[in-house]
Amino acid sequence: MASTEEIRSNLAEIVNEIAGIPVEDVQLDKSFTDDLDVDSLSMVEVVVAAEEKFDVKIPDDEVKNLKTVGDAVAFIERAQNG
Amino acid sequence: MITASTGSQYAGILGIGSYRPRRAVPNSEILEQIDSSDEWIQTRSGIKERRWASEDETVLMMSVNAAKEALQDSGIDPSEIGCVIVATVTHLYQTPAIATRIAVEVGAPTAAAFDISAACAGFCYGVAMANDLVRGGSAKYVLAIGVERLSDITDRTDRGTAFIFADGAGAAIVGPTDEPGIGPVVWGSDGTQHQVISQKESWQEVHGNHNWPHLTMDGNPVFRWASFEMAKAAQKALDVAGVKAEQLDLFVPHQANMRITDAMRRTLKLPEHVKVARDIERQGNTSAASIPLAITAMREAGEAKSGDLALIIGFGAGLVYAAQVIRLP
Ligand SMILES: CC(C)(COP(=O)(O)OP(=O)(O)OC[C@H]1O[C@@H](n2cnc3c(N)ncnc32)[C@H](O)[C@@H]1OP(=O)(O)O)[C@@H](O)C(=O)NCCC(=O)NCCS
Repeated sequence: MASTEEIRSNLAEIVNEIAGIPVEDVQLDKSFTDDLDVDSLSMVEVVVAAEEKFDVKIPDDEVKNLKTVGDAVAFIERAQNG
Repeated sequence: MITASTGSQYAGILGIGSYRPRRAVPNSEILEQIDSSDEWIQTRSGIKERRWASEDETVLMMSVNAAKEALQDSGIDPSEIGCVIVATVTHLYQTPAIATRIAVEVGAPTAAAFDISAACAGFCYGVAMANDLVRGGSAKYVLAIGVERLSDITDRTDRGTAFIFADGAGAAIVGPTDEPGIGPVVWGSDGTQHQVISQKESWQEVHGNHNWPHLTMDGNPVFRWASFEMAKAAQKALDVAGVKAEQLDLFVPHQANMRITDAMRRTLKLPEHVKVARDIERQGNTSAASIPLAITAMREAGEAKSGDLALIIGFGAGLVYAAQVIRLP
């Protein structure tokens, strides 16, 4: 099972590829929209890339609850364990 | 025994033309009717301005202009056109098809003529059919047109669509060639998502009152579908044509939204040298007309030339799509 840190760092690479944010800025306490400039369309891309990378399903209704990097990492951890 | 038709072994696009409405509408004009900002529109869609048709720039007039340019580009005599296919959702007559009148105006008055409804995939659907008609022997030359006056069916007060849609026309002449000029089409539809882009009410429902049935769109699921599912269809079109991404010169997706184009380009991992159509910036989303409009813009800018290999893909309401590799005339 992937550790929290592994998930965060893989997610950081996805965010970097899609939105050009430096990987080291993608920390658990950061808000996608307010801190990282990931808008609603980039978020769709991040979600789809994360679904593929982590082999999980992130329903549309869930996406709006993923405000911070930590929210997304926690969701992916739960989905992988569930 | 019935004699079967025989056509040309191969077909290709012999000429391309377009018509751009005269009036450029900047984002500032859109903002008079919706709560938004120039910055939001530009970052979410890449659109700086779009073209909206004036009264005299009808579906007929724009089509005829685009078709005449394509005919001239091809050097084909109009009387040789055996079939006219018009892809549009904004010819506001249920019948007859606008293709019949276009045929008359361009000088092919007895050609077979009909309209198709395939939304933003319309041009690629038309080219796919034209290819098969020429190869099957039902027509020697086919005129395929994509034309829209989306400004007529756009709700100017709807934040989700008012800034996107626009007007214009594009045309291609398809005919016999010595080498394959149009790759196999990868196409399909997903009617389970018919509601995400659609006319709001049927004509039946508005009968007797004065509501106008505008387009509605749930943009977010459309973005998701277009950015990812369509990248897969585009990849498949390359694969079935036996063309590698490195061999491509141009990528001309339907000009739906610059962000969709960027996402598709990323997913497809297109090499740097492949030039990507970005006509949406000045033209907006013209549905069935956007691909030929983008190709002619790239030609005018010196980015596209005769013999170039282009990957084209149209996608939209339905949700319908079609993709193929073409060689530019
Ligand atoms: C239309 C589109 C740009 C909307 O972007 P989106 O990010 O999905 O928009 P959403 O509806 O999720 O709204 C996101 C935010 O922007 C706001 N917003 C929506 N429309 C807005 C507008 N015109 N101006 C300013 N803000 C707007 C919303 O209120 C929301 O704000 P909030 O997060 O504070 O609540 C986008 O979905 C899109 O382009 N989709 C594809 C459409 C397309 O190409 N269709 C043609 C296919 S043929």
